[in-house]
Amino acid sequence: MTMIFGVPLMVFMGQLMLGLINGAFYALLSLGLAVIFGLLKIVNFAHGAMYMLGAFATLLGLQYLGLNYWVALLLVPLVVGGLGMVIERLILRRIAHLDHLYGLLLTFGLALIFEGTLINFFGVSGSSYPTPTALEGGMNLGFMFLPTYRAWVLVAALVVCLGTWFIIERTRLGAYLRAGTENPALMQAFGVNVPQLITLTYGFGVALAAFAGVLAAPLYPVSPTMGSSLLIVVFAVVVIGGMGSILGAVITGLAMGLIEGLTKVYYPEAANTVIFLVMILVLLLRPAGLFGKEA
Amino acid sequence: MSQAAEKATEYHDLDGAEMLRVSDLHAFYGESHILHGVDFDVKRGELVTLLGRNGAGRSTTLKAIMNMVGHRTGSIVINGTETLAMKPHRIPRLGIGYCPEERGIFSSLDVEENLLLPPTVRSGGMGIDEIYAMFPNLFERRRSQGTRLSGGEQQMLAMARILRTGARLLLLDEITEGLAPVIVQALGEVLVKLKERGMTIVLVEQNFRFAAPLADRHFVMEHGRIIEEISAAELPSRREHLNSLLGV
Repeated sequence: MTMIFGVPLMVFMGQLMLGLINGAFYALLSLGLAVIFGLLKIVNFAHGAMYMLGAFATLLGLQYLGLNYWVALLLVPLVVGGLGMVIERLILRRIAHLDHLYGLLLTFGLALIFEGTLINFFGVSGSSYPTPTALEGGMNLGFMFLPTYRAWVLVAALVVCLGTWFIIERTRLGAYLRAGTENPALMQAFGVNVPQLITLTYGFGVALAAFAGVLAAPLYPVSPTMGSSLLIVVFAVVVIGGMGSILGAVITGLAMGLIEGLTKVYYPEAANTVIFLVMILVLLLRPAGLFGKEA
Repeated sequence: MSQAAEKATEYHDLDGAEMLRVSDLHAFYGESHILHGVDFDVKRGELVTLLGRNGAGRSTTLKAIMNMVGHRTGSIVINGTETLAMKPHRIPRLGIGYCPEERGIFSSLDVEENLLLPPTVRSGGMGIDEIYAMFPNLFERRRSQGTRLSGGEQQMLAMARILRTGARLLLLDEITEGLAPVIVQALGEVLVKLKERGMTIVLVEQNFRFAAPLADRHFVMEHGRIIEEISAAELPSRREHLNSLLGV
């Protein structure tokens, strides 16, 4: 059997694939955080809760309303994104003029409320969500077995990430967002409704998290705490990539997933800490992050 | 818009009609009271200047018109519409273009994106080709990052982008500040062209020699008030008096 540095190729590729899948989730979530931080200057600690709500809405939609996976994939980001817009309009806007620390605390509180409420009703053990029939099974690539659903997650996450990058960097709406990030007062003086833009941006960032949640439902146990455990790693990814860079968030997310996967192969004990080690290194050498602009 | 309303707008667009009337305008930044009852008016097609020493309240007057300062009282009528209660993003939609003192070129946008950024507020704005003909440098550098331009080019860009929007009333804050004489002269020529097109312009200016030959009327500000109005015709005889007011 082919070996790579003493590890069978199958195992090596399998872990790399797992790492890439995790990386796709890191990318989707840190992308949403980057978009929100850019315009609102809020470190959205509710992001993990929104991801969890996305997965939960998918599960409950199937159990109580009979909504299948594909309907959930379209509907859940819209509904959770709508919830995000309500949160921005009714709560976050009231503290927008205060120090950004208040936004961090407030979204952290919101995350605890969502998590606690769902734990109260469903417990922490988590439930499984069936893989959609069309994406069952897998293909044998010769050097590894690739489950169809994992391949789908990777493709879907990449398409959404690149689509978001395209909207922000190449369209007129994206130009509004970038300019609004830099100088909101002048954008208003040009006739752009900046408060509305902020509401939509927060809703969009939250919808990205919910989309990741739908993708995650058939892969990981759906539990009220699934977001908070993931969010810590995602914040490390954001710190490594640098706040506010769209492409940086995507590339760093995928890269950190891969590094995590490789560590699992060669030194499994460090798999859960390797991202934080990278974070420490980056903070020492490039405090603004790999893709961030020096302040 | 109903037909009657459209007619009303056309009527207001007639030469000599009032484009802007500011009455008893007070403005506050937090606790500090900056404007203390500003009164002036600008007729359609006129170019007026706001002169005065630093801190007299000229820039604040423009910002107050755009609803960019904290609290305001008094009255600001633009083309027949009272705007004091309007949200900031509605005001430019009345056909106003604002060019801030710091120019406000966006560093995350290239030159052409900067140029195309402000939404069209009225029909009849200048086309992109026309703008590039007026500012050839911008065409050459259209793919550069906005803030990589020279100071003069950034100023041209800040002016050019509001010409595209169809704005008929331009509020220009210190557009010649820190620029080389040859660029100041080019800006003067641009203003003459804009005036020929029937634009109404309010110019906040430190460089009186730049403003004097262009303006129809001058308003001198001090301590957040208009203290003197001098027409172009009166200017030669009152030059000394004006110099003493401006402290030059």
